[in-house]
Amino acid sequence: MACPTHLRYTKEHEWISVEGTLGTVGITDYAQSTLGDIVFVDLPKVGDPVTANQTFGSVESVKAVSDLYSPISGTVAAINPELATAPDKVNEDAYAAWMIRVELADVAQMDTLLTAAEYEAFIAEETGK
Amino acid sequence: MRYLPKSPAERNSMLEKIGARHVDDLFVAIPEEYRLRRDLKIPPQMGESEIIEYFRKAAAQNGSGYASFLGAGCYRHYRPVVIDSIVQRGEFLTSYTPYQAEITQGTLQAIFEFQTMICELTGMDVANASMYDGSTGAAEAVMMAARITGRSHSVIAQTVHPEYREVMATYAQHQGLPSTTVGYDPRTGRIQLELLDAAITEDTACVLVQSPNFFGVIEDIPAIAEIAHAKGALLIVSIAEAVSLGAVRPPVEADIVSLEAQSFGVAISYGGPFCGVIATREKYIRQMPGRLAGQTLDADGNRGFVLTLATREQHIRREKATSNICTNQALVALMATVYLTVYGKEGLRELAMQNLAKTEFARRTLTAQPGQNCLFEASPRFNEFVLTSEEPVAEMQARLRAQGILGGVDLTRWYPELGQATLWCVTELNTRAQMEAAAQALATSSAVGV
Amino acid sequence: METMHPVSAHTPRNTTLGKVRTHPTQNEGLIFEKSSPGKRAVKLAPLDVPEVDAAALLGDAFRSEPAPLPEVSEIEIIRHFTRLSTWNYAIDLGMYPLGSCTMKYNPRVNEFVARLEGIAEAHPYQPESLAQGSLEVVRELEQCLIEITGMDAITLQPAAGAHGEFTGILLVRAYHESRGNARRKIIVPDSAHGTNPATAAICGYEVQNLKSNALGMVDVAELERIVDEDTAALMLTNPSTIGVFESEIHRIADVLHAKGALLYMDGANMNALVGKARPGDFGVDVMHLNLHKTFSTPHGGGGPGSGPVACKAILEPFLPTPVLARRGDGTLGWNFDRPQSVGRVRAYYGNYGMFVRALGYILANGPDGLRQTTEDAVLNANYVRASLEDLYELPYKTASMHEVVFSDKRQAARGVKTGDIAKRIIDYGFHPFTVSFPLIVSGALMIEPTESESKEELDRFIEAMRAIAQEVDETPELVKHAPHSTRVSRLDEATAARKPILRWRPAGE
Repeated sequence: MACPTHLRYTKEHEWISVEGTLGTVGITDYAQSTLGDIVFVDLPKVGDPVTANQTFGSVESVKAVSDLYSPISGTVAAINPELATAPDKVNEDAYAAWMIRVELADVAQMDTLLTAAEYEAFIAEETGK
Repeated sequence: MRYLPKSPAERNSMLEKIGARHVDDLFVAIPEEYRLRRDLKIPPQMGESEIIEYFRKAAAQNGSGYASFLGAGCYRHYRPVVIDSIVQRGEFLTSYTPYQAEITQGTLQAIFEFQTMICELTGMDVANASMYDGSTGAAEAVMMAARITGRSHSVIAQTVHPEYREVMATYAQHQGLPSTTVGYDPRTGRIQLELLDAAITEDTACVLVQSPNFFGVIEDIPAIAEIAHAKGALLIVSIAEAVSLGAVRPPVEADIVSLEAQSFGVAISYGGPFCGVIATREKYIRQMPGRLAGQTLDADGNRGFVLTLATREQHIRREKATSNICTNQALVALMATVYLTVYGKEGLRELAMQNLAKTEFARRTLTAQPGQNCLFEASPRFNEFVLTSEEPVAEMQARLRAQGILGGVDLTRWYPELGQATLWCVTELNTRAQMEAAAQALATSSAVGV
Repeated sequence: METMHPVSAHTPRNTTLGKVRTHPTQNEGLIFEKSSPGKRAVKLAPLDVPEVDAAALLGDAFRSEPAPLPEVSEIEIIRHFTRLSTWNYAIDLGMYPLGSCTMKYNPRVNEFVARLEGIAEAHPYQPESLAQGSLEVVRELEQCLIEITGMDAITLQPAAGAHGEFTGILLVRAYHESRGNARRKIIVPDSAHGTNPATAAICGYEVQNLKSNALGMVDVAELERIVDEDTAALMLTNPSTIGVFESEIHRIADVLHAKGALLYMDGANMNALVGKARPGDFGVDVMHLNLHKTFSTPHGGGGPGSGPVACKAILEPFLPTPVLARRGDGTLGWNFDRPQSVGRVRAYYGNYGMFVRALGYILANGPDGLRQTTEDAVLNANYVRASLEDLYELPYKTASMHEVVFSDKRQAARGVKTGDIAKRIIDYGFHPFTVSFPLIVSGALMIEPTESESKEELDRFIEAMRAIAQEVDETPELVKHAPHSTRVSRLDEATAARKPILRWRPAGE
């Protein structure tokens, strides 16, 4: 699946979109397909601080756990309640199944993140294709 | 070398296939200076009959034929014969952890049945596939409570088995998990509720009590739960005498139950192997240590079982795991499962009633002897009670031993404040004649003694 | 099944595949589903004392509703569990080459002696004068294990391997603390079993990962670079998890000792060393053993195990309490007066029943038998290696000891992974090897035959593995949907984890 161009990406395979100062974060389609069947998503609480490049939660498949890294710094404004009971939504559509919304501390941080084209190039390099 | 299925000729042909001249060629990676060039200094090979003879001799040295009133965490209950015939089936005995679900459905379904029975007995929502034993299970329960609450302090009743408390202290020591011990009411033998309330702080993750406690006294679980919960602490109830659950109300107010299932058909075997198990509320599953079997469907829609929620465990999470525990006690858990199936709903009830009746009879008979007192007399108890007298415990026990009786466990090393106190345990295996003989022997000792 | 897996038609019923033929398996529900009020399997002896009013005696603590345990008869119990047992694979049925688990024969005489009345019924609080036999068994096993490992002292208290690791690292910690500084980190190679880093973390240490070198072994130069005065110990498995002896073991020990750090050895792979080399001789300071691996006590579907910890004299003062001691009068007893001890790690004295079985195994073998056992274990692994290395990729060519680790590289190119090959070997009548471990080998097939396999059984296993390699080339779908012969097909693990059902409930509840 092509990476939506309106999003920004991390090398840890998270995506983020921004409206005003509110960022929405999830994992990429590449990440969900590598993990396989996702069975649990562990998310922070509303009000928790998150820091760019630091873990904010984890995502579990049957036999693996991967940390989730925040693309940006800020405060958790919302978590996707749907994932508590239906973690498989991430497998169905990784770009619709957002994980957290973050009130950004510094919108300029967005510029440090990868564009869709850069992220696609990064994956190509990673997989040696 | 009767366990090795190869002839010299077969060994040689295998070496040939490998391209080695001598088996020592296969050990070249071990530097010469570290190769053992002599025989190990251990006893020479024995035939099967010699091995049996060796252990029979050891068994005989232990002394036999005593009427035992020992308990204190290891309980003598009758073990139905079917338990051993089932657990000695090679398919259970010689199978590994059920990672390959398609060829371990037997073990997995048995674990699922075990988990269900533990839930029914304890009133909890979920139970794991077992822990090493009650002492390590209690330590793991404390660590689990710390993870759930994000707090580090624990409050532990002094009436918890002293060896369990030692194990908890060892575990907590290096994890920054301080604990406070709360004493008991000298009249009731139950935890002092005012002291408990005072010991709980904002950083208290859990209160841990044992019930029936080390003195055999049943704690007031609802009252303790209320105090703990009012301050945001979890309540862990440790149960060392599992048969009590046939007659004693389950600790439904608890957040975590840590059970030792030895009483369910497991030989005492000088203290192990036993079978701990942790049960809890559904919402805490992900913080629970140990293996879990879960029900699912196969590709053709048949019911089947798998190990599940494995991402909590060390082989996936490594240093971030909920525990370093790897094995469970599957075969011992199977013993408990068979036991509970044999006794069933009514049988376990009847068994617990017999234990109650016999304990009450023994308590009355022994305390009828001059100089013998029962502590915490008015408190509800299961199958243990504390006896005190003026005579030094060692002397009393020697006298009982001379009559073929193993009296109660000496409490002076753990609870010196109780004076010359012993902890007596009575189960369905103690006959009336044994109790009367013990009373007789006590009567003699008090007459001759002090 | 045919409709779900059309390819299973390639495995016609009633033909012999490897060492198996299909046979009928019994259907069997859960025990709760057989329950009916009034059925029972127990008859208690009559009560010989007056009955009591439990509700009056217990007051509020009385259980008014008995737990809804199943109500069944004895024949139903025997059939239920016997039917369940037939759904298990076991060593008693055939080769169980689970790498790193040492699935060897579990001698039956050990089961017999562990159940002798005076042994099985001994109580941990019976007077020591009436426990001399039990204590002699402990003593004898301790002496044998000290001699086998070349160490100075031992505790049998830990209940399993991971519990032994925990105990061993506590000893390390206590040792450093006694010298004024507990130190901060434990080094763990990336090839290590997951319990190693989990243990270090539980003992309050930071885990420092050590990358393996191109041979899959400890990179001694890298180790030298990262070891410092803050290093408490290195946790090393030797032979390593790829079944290779760390031939630079003494240099590894020297690098650690030079900085005051200790060498911890995970004894999971002692089956490659017993009677041939002793860790105490090659620089190890502390190690654990797995009686359920090396010393034949049964795995029992996942336990009980037993994980004794042996150590050098410098660590002896810190062993868990109590330790066994010979008293002035020649009798044995427990010594609780151990001021420097790390404390208890388990109530009572450990998994005593496992001590009896392990000692039974040692006595049946003697020094010559144990050596031959090790030689056969290594011979078997190398035989498997020599017979399969033309078809399966050998990522590390270093000499194998008691196990051999292949990778699925060639098969993965055709879309078949190690897990698929593992499932397919089930159809041939074998338990799979260990998959996906160690982590340093992508798509690992870790094969540990143990000494218990005859040449005939090994040849059948090899034949099966070769047949599967061919199937991967010709009919990969057949392998990808395996197993085809088991009672249940592949199970839906994702749903099991997403919506956990961890207990049975009566219909309608």
